[in-house]
Amino acid sequence: MNSHWMGEDRIRAMLETALAVSPADQTEVGFSVGSWALTRFANSYIHQNMAGYKVNARVRVVFGKKVATTYASVGSDDDLKSLVHRAVEMAKHQDDNPDFVSLPEPSDIQSAPQLPKSYSDATAACSAQQRAHLVRAVISESDRLSTSAAGSLATWAFEHAVANSLGIRSYYRTTAARLITVATGPDGGFGYASATSIDIEGIDASAVGREASETALASSNPIEIEPDEYECVLSPYATAAIIEHFVHMGFWARAFQEGRSFICGRMGEGIVAQNISIWDDALDPQTLVTPYDAEGVSKQRVNMVDNGVAKGLLYDSYAAHREGRKSTGHSGSINPIMNPGDATLNDMIASTERGLLVTRFHYTNVAHLMSASITGMTRDGTFLIEDGKITRPVKNMRFTQSLIEALSNVEMIGRELKLVDSTLAPAIKVRKWRFVSSTEF
Amino acid sequence: MIEGFDIGKFCDAVLEAARLAGAEYADVRIVHRESESVDLRIGKVESLCQSSTIGFGVRVIAAGAWGFAASPKLTVEEGKSIAQEAVRIARASASAKRRNVRLAPVEPAEGSFSNDWEIDPFEVPLEEKIDLLRDADRLMRQAEKVKVTDCNMDFWKTYQVLASTDGSYIEQTKIESGAGIAATAIDGNEVQKRSYPALGGDFAAAGYEFVESLKVIEHAEEIARQAVQLLDAPPCPSGEFTLVLEGSMLALQVHESCGHPIELDRVLGMESSFAGTSFLTTDKLGSFRYGSEIVNITADATIPGALGSFFYDDEGVPAQCVEIVKNGVFSGYLSSRETAAELGISSGGAMRADGWDRIPLIRMTNINLLPGDWNLDELIADTIDGIYAATVKCWSIDDKRLNFQFGTEVAWEIKDGALGRMFRNLTYNDMTPRFWNSCDAICGEDEWHVWGVPNCGKGEPMQIAHVGHGVAPARFRGVRMEAAK
Repeated sequence: MNSHWMGEDRIRAMLETALAVSPADQTEVGFSVGSWALTRFANSYIHQNMAGYKVNARVRVVFGKKVATTYASVGSDDDLKSLVHRAVEMAKHQDDNPDFVSLPEPSDIQSAPQLPKSYSDATAACSAQQRAHLVRAVISESDRLSTSAAGSLATWAFEHAVANSLGIRSYYRTTAARLITVATGPDGGFGYASATSIDIEGIDASAVGREASETALASSNPIEIEPDEYECVLSPYATAAIIEHFVHMGFWARAFQEGRSFICGRMGEGIVAQNISIWDDALDPQTLVTPYDAEGVSKQRVNMVDNGVAKGLLYDSYAAHREGRKSTGHSGSINPIMNPGDATLNDMIASTERGLLVTRFHYTNVAHLMSASITGMTRDGTFLIEDGKITRPVKNMRFTQSLIEALSNVEMIGRELKLVDSTLAPAIKVRKWRFVSSTEF
Repeated sequence: MIEGFDIGKFCDAVLEAARLAGAEYADVRIVHRESESVDLRIGKVESLCQSSTIGFGVRVIAAGAWGFAASPKLTVEEGKSIAQEAVRIARASASAKRRNVRLAPVEPAEGSFSNDWEIDPFEVPLEEKIDLLRDADRLMRQAEKVKVTDCNMDFWKTYQVLASTDGSYIEQTKIESGAGIAATAIDGNEVQKRSYPALGGDFAAAGYEFVESLKVIEHAEEIARQAVQLLDAPPCPSGEFTLVLEGSMLALQVHESCGHPIELDRVLGMESSFAGTSFLTTDKLGSFRYGSEIVNITADATIPGALGSFFYDDEGVPAQCVEIVKNGVFSGYLSSRETAAELGISSGGAMRADGWDRIPLIRMTNINLLPGDWNLDELIADTIDGIYAATVKCWSIDDKRLNFQFGTEVAWEIKDGALGRMFRNLTYNDMTPRFWNSCDAICGEDEWHVWGVPNCGKGEPMQIAHVGHGVAPARFRGVRMEAAK
């Protein structure tokens, strides 16, 4: 067990004490406590190795339409009370926010009685020696294949609780483990692999090391090709990156309300190909399960794109109340999921006459918001496909691509979903992807 | 910090516990950071936050490898326990080491240091801060098509103690302040934003007087007007053009294409799995032509009031000015004690951690393009056909920091030595050495300003550093551009 678990009863009691001392019309107290650890390796040895224990408390108070928030890394009853007093003092100086309606009320849509497990005792108890053991497994694969390994193994184990004066009471535990590896081959090749899981025992470190090293060897001595439009097979790592951007650029209710979403004026319309569905579901057991959001509201599944049609938005309580509706439990993190298809990666490659296989994107950023256009680089293994076969590794290229256009041109979808950070994504084959320049490696 | 808490005694106990557990080297950092942010959005105080965090981190070398552990519980008992945990972690690291960690030597230092400020921002009434932002907000929203406005102020007060088994005991206090405003004009499917004085604002190691000096109210109407103008401005043309960059945009250019690739940990592969490596490999040191002869770049942590300045880094190395590019030739790195030892040099003093629960990493200090001898009016007048571009909008660069594409909020045509039409959605794309070798004019000291960037991300877990970039507008030839769409 994690020695830093405080336990539900203790945390709930602290939050009740804090609520009791608040003179505000409404009060919300959020609290998280737990441990994190991270082992980083590079050049096939551990070069950074750390662990910490963290407490975060947040108090939001409401007087009429005046709202103020305070944060602190505190963990006692007295500390929390003092945080409430600070928030109350701040609120006195606050201005009215006419759009503010209320803190969230207890949802009438309750979470399922049998929530999927959001934590693992094995992850919570993982020691530095165990992390080093897994890292050695990565390095061992790397040594065997004559590459150099870099990466990190991170674990988190936290308790989260929220209580507000309207009756919201949430408490849950989360754990997560993530192993990432970039392997460098002897002849200028790079390869990437990662694995993310609630349970560290679900991470196969040797497989991650092997995948990264094999990709690095395959991408040795890359050739330069002309930047142009190419058919592209995107691995789940690359697909996850674009799905995450797509969601952030389009589906936050607040941005939609302000006219800063590419969905504006298109809700209910087909925006991408009919074979695309994207939803957010923090309760899917394949993702990093998160039962409640930062306001203590139960996480709801939101169908954002349903068979190509824009269907739903992500609401926190503030955005929801502006429309007289309920929060979908999206104050804070998201867990996007794209639908699987029926193809394998080999099917996609075999069906490509001339195109590229992209392992991963790097430094993606919004280029034009309203066309959902992003720019970024390929990284860690980009390959030329000719006549249905991978023929050569190629040097990395920059792309600038509208994601609306790309997701309107998805010809094939992988049958398996991979969890990449908190996004579940398949491999996809896109009819055209626009590369605009190249780099030296 | 904590009444009755004896920091010196605590540090001694922690370092002794680390030694007894087998540490060959140990340091302990206690950090107390307070912050305050005020955000106005569309005329309403969207967020009013105060934050306070306190704790300590212990970094050790044991069995020839690194270990680090941290805790918010400031008690001697917890300090000893965390020191022992750090040593256990170091021993785990040693199970996957290739050789023992070596550190470049540093003279032990003692003392107490603080930056200068005139007005403690934490003493300024919230009403005064809100009123200032509200006035700017009101002026921006007078423009009919300005639908979204954002105004922000942020303040930090950090007190830190570093003690090490090398004999250093250093206390540092720093106050940082900054503010910014932005107007977003929306018309149908067109969205255009203008920010002042830079995207997200400008920041300094100074007090509230710095916020007052920004004069955001005086610039509110102008940026709102420009945001509206951009809605109907033509997209920037495609092709190769002469490009003149405004200061805050050039600051980003320096940050991404010079600041990151000179981090010696990146160069040595230590960040390769996350942010990447660097094209500025050690064989290039002292010979590689990074830029044209007028390009001179320093990493200077000693500029008074600059956001990336300090007195000692988080390894107890004194702040210094390191020559990075001299007359166009690549000549130095940002370094730590460990990476400096690899090159057989002394540390450049660039190790900083984002708070008590993070290890120090090599971070930018103030990375500066030294001033030239032009002024902006002369530079524009000297340009027959080009584009003047201002304010960061979008940025992306490859993992060796070569191929970049940056976008700006606004651009103007330069025709026959005068500014002309406004363009929207400019992006420019180039390779770092080609770009810097095309630099043929840099403005002088009168227009040189150290821009404060409070959001430089690096490392795992992600650490946010406050850094600075001293620049004056400069001109670059033959830069490829196109409009984002």
